[in-house]
Amino acid sequence: MDKSKDQLADIPVSPRQIGFGIVVALLGYIAYSSYYTVSAESVGVVQRIGHYHEVVEPGLHFKIPFGIDTVVQVPVKRQLKEEFGFGTPGATFNRQITNPQEWELETTIVTGDLNTALVEWVIQFRIENAFDFLFKVRDPGAALRDISESVMREVIGDRTVDEVLTIGRQDIEASAQTKMQEVTNLYEMGLRIDQVQLKNVNPPKPVQASFDEVNEAQQERERMINVARGEFNKTVPRAKGRASQTIQSSEGYAIQRVNQAEGDFSKFNALLTEYVKAPAVTKRRLYLETMAEVLPRVKNKVILDDKATSILPLLQLNSIKGNEK
Amino acid sequence: MKYAYIIIALFFPLLIVAYESVFRVDETEQVIITQFGKPVGDIISDSGLKFKTPFIQKVNRIEKRILLWDGSANDMPTKDKLYITVDTFGRWRIKDPLQYFLRLRDERSAQSRLEDILGSETRNAVAKHELIEIIRTTKGRKPEVDPLLVDADIGRLLPITRGRRQVEEDIYSAASGKLSEFGIELLDIRFKRINYNESVRQKIYARMISERQQIAERFRSEGAGEAAKIIGNKEKELQRIESEAYQKIQAIQGVADAKATEIYTSAYNQSKAAQELYTFVKTLETYKSVVDPSTTLVLTTDSEIYQLLNGVGQ
Repeated sequence: MDKSKDQLADIPVSPRQIGFGIVVALLGYIAYSSYYTVSAESVGVVQRIGHYHEVVEPGLHFKIPFGIDTVVQVPVKRQLKEEFGFGTPGATFNRQITNPQEWELETTIVTGDLNTALVEWVIQFRIENAFDFLFKVRDPGAALRDISESVMREVIGDRTVDEVLTIGRQDIEASAQTKMQEVTNLYEMGLRIDQVQLKNVNPPKPVQASFDEVNEAQQERERMINVARGEFNKTVPRAKGRASQTIQSSEGYAIQRVNQAEGDFSKFNALLTEYVKAPAVTKRRLYLETMAEVLPRVKNKVILDDKATSILPLLQLNSIKGNEK
Repeated sequence: MKYAYIIIALFFPLLIVAYESVFRVDETEQVIITQFGKPVGDIISDSGLKFKTPFIQKVNRIEKRILLWDGSANDMPTKDKLYITVDTFGRWRIKDPLQYFLRLRDERSAQSRLEDILGSETRNAVAKHELIEIIRTTKGRKPEVDPLLVDADIGRLLPITRGRRQVEEDIYSAASGKLSEFGIELLDIRFKRINYNESVRQKIYARMISERQQIAERFRSEGAGEAAKIIGNKEKELQRIESEAYQKIQAIQGVADAKATEIYTSAYNQSKAAQELYTFVKTLETYKSVVDPSTTLVLTTDSEIYQLLNGVGQ
């Protein structure tokens, strides 16, 4: 102990030097604490002894040290978001996500036809007015979460589960955005809602299968109709073709029939001229010509003479017929 | 050196006195000065550096901004006896700081008072309304319907007479009077979440499932019906095509037959000789077709063709 005291006393320091040291340290502190930088995406809100003083743009600024001037940086140019029913890591904002245990409660929404839908959504917004954001409402981020949940339920409560799940999504996004903006304006929260986006929208898990069943049935319906249409298309044009084929061929028949008649007509007329000139001769000629044609065809010819009538019973017509076979 | 000690000896007590007699009021707060626990003087509601009597006066800071009340989720029945879990929130502000300070002192007791009053008013309002009145807002809104589901008789919104905003309005007007006694101005109260209670949920799900199944059945029967229609149409078409063709064929053939008959008649009927010749020729032609190899002809020599077999002399 004594020794150390001695050593201290040994160092030649005058009170003047101590005073000088204190002044230098003080000046250093003042210099260090009297400037600040506002980052490019923010503005600085300066309060002088608690009283709002001014809003400063990004860059290097001076302030009165010793805690007289305090500066809060508000990221007015940053796109902020809040997620409901889910969460992506890397938050840009302290209220971006909630505790995962809350997610199920956040998503479950009763629709206007008293069904339930699970809706995940995200809102994108910016701080428009740094003064309002800091001084009008305490914790505007939390307030915005409540407003968002309430408005989304209000909008979905006016819609059917089918609108929520399929056809009404854009409509929901648009009206939710308008209403959220109205409410935030009402409380001068200094926020601007840029976008409301619905993410996954699903029926509750136990009901999911029956929703899928509807989709399947829809496919099934299309399939049945298509099969029937196929059947129609397979047979009807073919029948049309067939019909026109038979009509064509009957037209052919008609032409043939008339031509034939006309041919016969000419032939007959020619014959008639001959006949009128010499009826008996023509008749005989025709008769004989016909016989000459007909008789050779007949295999069994029996020529009888009046004087040989007794032969007739001997003729075995049956056996002749039998030979034929 | 002596002076230096005196200065130091005085400096610190003076510093403490100064520290005790000035205070900073933030932009977000207002201050009530109390002396031995009793409020004195005016409420300081503008921010900046302020003064007070050191040691005996105390600074009580009271929030100036709009504050959030986040109610706890409570189970309650609606008028139609459905148990639901209701989560509400509201916005409020300290309107009369003095009243607020005297009655409540701090925010924690304010929150619990809000919970009491708003909680019970919410319960009252919910019990007086059917569930749909708390869910829906816009009266007479016509929902969009999926064109595929148009005649499935679903996608209808249940009708309401008052609606969610009106019920919120009821709670608001019932509670705000009670809260103003505490120097609190209620700005609004809104339903945050309304969910079916666990016990109701299964029934709701069962209903949703049956509703969907009904749609699915509808689709299937629509498909079968539509297919049957197409098949029927196919059969009709086939019969129409075939019968039309038959009709045409018959007409064409009839016309041709008539024409041919007319031609033949005009040939064979032109004179007596023509008639004779026709009969003769036709008879001969008939022989050609009637007589075939299986015919057995029994002829006598009397016949014209064979008469010469017996000689020419006769």
